[in-house]
Amino acid sequence: MTVSSPTNDQLREPAVEDEILTSGENVYVAPPWKLMWWRFRRHKMAMVSAVVLIVFYFTAAFCEFVAPYDPDAPFIQYKYSSPTKIHIRDAEGQFRAPFVYQTKRGLDPNTLQIGYSEDKTIRYTIQFFVQGFDYKLLGLIPADIHLFGIPVAGENQGVFLFGADRLGRDVFSRIAYGARLSLSLGLVGVLLSLVLGVILGGVSGYFGGWIDTLVQRTIEFIRTIPTIPLWMTLSAALPADWPVTRVYFGITVILSLVGWTFMARVVRGRFLAMREEDFVLAARLNGAREMRIIVRHMVPSFLSYIIAALTLAIPGMILAETGLSFLGLGLRPPAISWGVLLQEAMNLRSLVLAPWVLWPGAAVVISVLAFNFVGDGMRDAADPYAR
Amino acid sequence: MLAYIARRVLLMIPTILLISIISFIAIQLPPGDFMTSYVAGMRTMGENIEQEAIDNLRARYGLGEPVYVQYYKWMNGIILRGDWGQSMEWQKPVKELIGERLLLTVILSLVSLLVSWFIAIPIGVYSATHQYSIPDYVMSIISFIGVGVPGFLLALIIMYFAQTQLNMNVGGLFSEKYINAPWSLERVIDMLKHLWIPVVILAVEGTAGGIRTTRANLLDELNKPYVELARAKGLNEWKLIWKYPVRIALNPFFSTVGWSLASLISGATLISVVLSLQTTGPMQLRALTSQDMYLAGSFLLILSVLTIIGTLISDILLAWVDPRIRLEK
Repeated sequence: MTVSSPTNDQLREPAVEDEILTSGENVYVAPPWKLMWWRFRRHKMAMVSAVVLIVFYFTAAFCEFVAPYDPDAPFIQYKYSSPTKIHIRDAEGQFRAPFVYQTKRGLDPNTLQIGYSEDKTIRYTIQFFVQGFDYKLLGLIPADIHLFGIPVAGENQGVFLFGADRLGRDVFSRIAYGARLSLSLGLVGVLLSLVLGVILGGVSGYFGGWIDTLVQRTIEFIRTIPTIPLWMTLSAALPADWPVTRVYFGITVILSLVGWTFMARVVRGRFLAMREEDFVLAARLNGAREMRIIVRHMVPSFLSYIIAALTLAIPGMILAETGLSFLGLGLRPPAISWGVLLQEAMNLRSLVLAPWVLWPGAAVVISVLAFNFVGDGMRDAADPYAR
Repeated sequence: MLAYIARRVLLMIPTILLISIISFIAIQLPPGDFMTSYVAGMRTMGENIEQEAIDNLRARYGLGEPVYVQYYKWMNGIILRGDWGQSMEWQKPVKELIGERLLLTVILSLVSLLVSWFIAIPIGVYSATHQYSIPDYVMSIISFIGVGVPGFLLALIIMYFAQTQLNMNVGGLFSEKYINAPWSLERVIDMLKHLWIPVVILAVEGTAGGIRTTRANLLDELNKPYVELARAKGLNEWKLIWKYPVRIALNPFFSTVGWSLASLISGATLISVVLSLQTTGPMQLRALTSQDMYLAGSFLLILSVLTIIGTLISDILLAWVDPRIRLEK
């Protein structure tokens, strides 16, 4: 996936592609961030994934707006309702704006189970920016406009893009709300790991000697303990009566206890490599103080690596939270995260009856893959002067 | 070589001691203890237990004593008598409860490790020698799926399809009649019939990383002059690749076998809860939620020690293969 340009590499000149050279943008005077951007842009999957992530984080920030229904409000008539089919062609074969039919609830005469069918006489057109339940945008601005929905009041009919769960709650709305906790936990956890990792890894790489040995042994030690059993044990220690926010931060801290080791490795490796660089020596010969060398010269030149490593560390956090919550040891209902939602799929009966309760898993997979691709792209772009 | 092994074994001791302390602290962290959660559980069921009986049980398990005394007693039992303490929930010695489950976890992890290598190495080598070919891209996509789809989700999906399409229940490691039967040839065969599903799931997770490592390392090796030289001398391509660069490219596999084992055991924990396998995972989960502390602590301790032993074995193998390692220092 790395983009190479064999003519430039010996000269340590920016390795940006010929098409940019010919298109008139001047590689030789472009600042590093611009070179990085050009290189990142070449990584198609990373670009697509970046867009996906933006959409996901938009959903996380404005989940009340994206979700058509209150995630905790059950549609009593629609327990385990299958995903509502969206049609663009009506019974007479005429094309129309996307619409849904009224859902009819009935007993299957053979199995005596509740089934849902469409009543083709009643049509509801799907509208965008429709009025729905009241919420506060970003917790501040009162609003009641939702991205999409049908103008039907009450619990008579809903658009369940991904079906409804065992209480008749809209799975799509719940996934949108779950994005807030699941995706932010990845970010917060990684930032916390970064703080720990930069301090310990930086100290270890910069000073070397016995401090280095101590930190490295600690890292090796932590990594020999199987993570899931360790995380399980630690998160079982979070008191059951803690409020959601406190459990959230508890889990984040627990995940970071292991996560920092990876960040520390990256930071230390960079520090070691950087210490030998000519510009660091030059700064030192010019009489710059240690702190200034670190903050002004070393940190800017490895920042891009750190950001790439951070991006690659987020999926691990998301997966860990999902796994723990799935086991019932992480976030707990009434909190909504993707792992909590997947608990619904734990029992085989509901899985067979309503396979759409697995949709939160798709959200997990997509975000994890997207972070991996973006991270790969960033890692390739991190050093625009390398081949 | 013997000196190297002796040094490594000595180094293991403080690590294991540290892990035992951490395991013990971790299981002491939850507020209250097994008795409080047990009594609370009984009360919600309408049973009332007399204070005297509670106190007696507390004293029997040494719950009222200071933490370091409890730790000392626990360690003492393990080291001197091989006694891991009593499970409070099951009313049985921990040793009896976890023996078979541990064995099954080890079998599952080792088989998955071997299977994932068996898949990852040839695919990685192929991808590296046929870079940018269509199979190379297909492999990359598969390995990305391995990275992105968590094992327990894969287990859920497989369970769903097995149930709806094949009408088969894939949970468990044994058929009903063999669950409590003593070990016999039939039981082993029965286990193998069930084992492949979790093995495949775990191997898919492990394979992804393996393919990427092999591919990256081999690509580095293939550009080196000695490969060129061997080719120039007319060595046949197959022998050339497999005999020299592949051997070097595989080094990281052996040197990180400890971490692979740790992550396999981690992954196995989640999967075995989903598939309700008779391994350590489900029992550990239960022990944790009921604060059955000696049982929960023993699991964490034993799994970590197993990983350390795995790392030790891999280091010894590595030193045996590569003299540079055993001779340094």
